[in-house]
Amino acid sequence: MQAAVLNPHQWVALYADYLYNYAFTRLGNEEQARDLVQETFLAALERTEQFKGNSSERTWLTAILKYKIIDVYRKRNSGLHTERIEGEPEREFFETDSGHWKAEYAPRAFGGGAPDTFGVEDPDLLTNKELRSVLQNCLQKLPALWLSVFTMKHIDEEATAVICEALKVTPSNFWVIIHRAKINLRACIQKAWA
Amino acid sequence: MGAIKKIQYNCRHATYLIEKRQHTSLTLKERVQLAIHLSGCSVCRLFQRQSRMINRMVRKLFQTSDQQERRLDEGFKREMQEKINERLTR
Repeated sequence: MQAAVLNPHQWVALYADYLYNYAFTRLGNEEQARDLVQETFLAALERTEQFKGNSSERTWLTAILKYKIIDVYRKRNSGLHTERIEGEPEREFFETDSGHWKAEYAPRAFGGGAPDTFGVEDPDLLTNKELRSVLQNCLQKLPALWLSVFTMKHIDEEATAVICEALKVTPSNFWVIIHRAKINLRACIQKAWA
Repeated sequence: MGAIKKIQYNCRHATYLIEKRQHTSLTLKERVQLAIHLSGCSVCRLFQRQSRMINRMVRKLFQTSDQQERRLDEGFKREMQEKINERLTR
């Protein structure tokens, strides 16, 4: 098999939009996403000798972008940690003594449909524009640290140890954040899609 | 409250275990706790189904947004390619 080669003259035409969407999805900010695309190309030029040709150009560039996104997460989160984790947002959802769901927050079927649908017929739920924007809005409402942990774990399937190291979170706090993020996200969807 | 009663009522702990299980394996104790809880709690069983469905939807949302919805400004792109070309000729 012929090894892939780099062709920086084509980078912008071939990958700029892809990388931009990749960054925007994870950062929710156009300007930051745009700047990271540029930084990615320029950083890639500095380390072309590290390209081994066993991944595609796009995969290689995406890997560089990923690190830059994690840097942004880290900056967004610095200083926020302790207060976010020490608070107990679960109190809102569960009885303090028993841990039982509070009645107003107990999960109900979304959209009055079958228990595990959103009351939407289409099996590909996201073609429903309204539902798609509910999901996007609810994700954006999560605190920055939770969203970055959630995204790295669920979307990019990073190892827990990698996320803890990158975002300076202890392993036990990691699971607390994963839990809180989902509880909040689910509650937000239920409220918007009742 | 006895140990069993405690886990039967503790939805906060059960949902924590539900989330953890989606990414890693639970200890034997945790598995037993969760099984006991879920066998008696239909609300948390629903939570578990919805939670998995949300995971699938979020993943799908990210995958589809990665595929060219937004486009970078053409002027910005031109400038960017010029910067790259400039560095290549250095």
